[in-house]
Amino acid sequence: MLITIIRRDLLLAYRRRSDVLTTLFFFVIVVSLFPLGVGPEMKTLRLIAPGVVWVAALLASMLSLNRLFAADYQDGTLEQMLLAPQPLALIVLGKIVAHWLVSGLPLALMAPVLGMQFDLPPEALAILFFALLLGTPILSLIGAIGAALTLGLRGGGVLLSLLVLPLYIPALIFGAGAVESYIAGVSPEGHLSLLGALLILTGLTAPWVTAVALRIAME
Amino acid sequence: MAQEAVSSPASTPNDPADRPNTMLEAAHLTCQRGERTLFTNLSFTLGAGELLQVAGPNGSGKTSLLKLLCGLSPPVAGEIHWQGAPARGEDFRRHLFYLGHQHAVKEELSALENLHISTDLAGEPLTDEEALDALERMGLAGREHLPAKVLSQGQKRRVALARLLVSKAPLWILDEPLTALDVGAVDLIQSRLAEHLAHQGMVVVTTHQALHVPGVTPRRIDLE
Repeated sequence: MLITIIRRDLLLAYRRRSDVLTTLFFFVIVVSLFPLGVGPEMKTLRLIAPGVVWVAALLASMLSLNRLFAADYQDGTLEQMLLAPQPLALIVLGKIVAHWLVSGLPLALMAPVLGMQFDLPPEALAILFFALLLGTPILSLIGAIGAALTLGLRGGGVLLSLLVLPLYIPALIFGAGAVESYIAGVSPEGHLSLLGALLILTGLTAPWVTAVALRIAME
Repeated sequence: MAQEAVSSPASTPNDPADRPNTMLEAAHLTCQRGERTLFTNLSFTLGAGELLQVAGPNGSGKTSLLKLLCGLSPPVAGEIHWQGAPARGEDFRRHLFYLGHQHAVKEELSALENLHISTDLAGEPLTDEEALDALERMGLAGREHLPAKVLSQGQKRRVALARLLVSKAPLWILDEPLTALDVGAVDLIQSRLAEHLAHQGMVVVTTHQALHVPGVTPRRIDLE
């Protein structure tokens, strides 16, 4: 069932690939604007790099969130999902995984390349990659709750960012902190472990909370 | 606005003892949408092989009633039972086929992909041959691989209704299944309904068109 939903959402994303590419280009452009704006001061750039990449990743994942359930809600597919004989949380988890594969994983893969503009050493780039690999699923998981809560509301997009961005703060702090601590000469292990713990916590709770929110939204 | 709706079976006897086994039972349902009460104290039962037609003008709560029956929204008051147990949960949903008036057809996917995904979701996966056969019987031969967005409104409806041809669920809840269909498709759906009822299936349907299911006299609920 999980595989069915993931394959379906990936197929839909492939057929609507311009939507996905816009998000990724947004991430690339926002991150690239900072070295241009701040100027070629290597020390400053190295200092702001983790924060910039992470904030851009938060905003990029925000952009794709309102698509998570909106299309299925409008054409009635969501009703069918609610009435399917499988647990709704499992279906939701499938949609979240697919969302991460198209809008979270590519960010993590591109981040090391973009990080070079900030003169980060190779080890810091690797840590940036791992931090994003652990952190972007958290963004999709928390974002799904927000997307379900604001489903069908007018101006839901703005409300969604107000609701979700504060919840992203822990991921931002530990994610950016991992790279910063490495640059400062401290082991990033603590930050990465906390990020992993956060991923497990949201992974276990977010699909259920989202499922409940969807049932309420569909009443 | 609240009106007590009375089920008035035209030919089936009113005495429950003479009726086939009650499978679906709704007792004293009240439905509110916002401030408006759509109906109160609505009770009816449905047994194997019975067709229930919900009638009433626009806005009288037909779709709301169907959503209550599916469990998509809870009633303000009253209860719905399926085989003696409250009608909710995965076990009930396994017995249910619901077709809303949004037909859940993805524009970006082909007719075949749409049918495969919706049947997979319902836990009744089809082989390619079965799916192609259902689409062909629905009059979509040659259009199986076209994206649904190039199909006409009626053809999209046919894609959604292809699930009727393959559904094994005993309880069908259909919201305006005949909209946008031509005469041939209407006949096909009606004969499929007759076949389903003959196999001890149950159908709850809303429609503004006259429904002629061969060999079956529908019971009616009139909402006002």
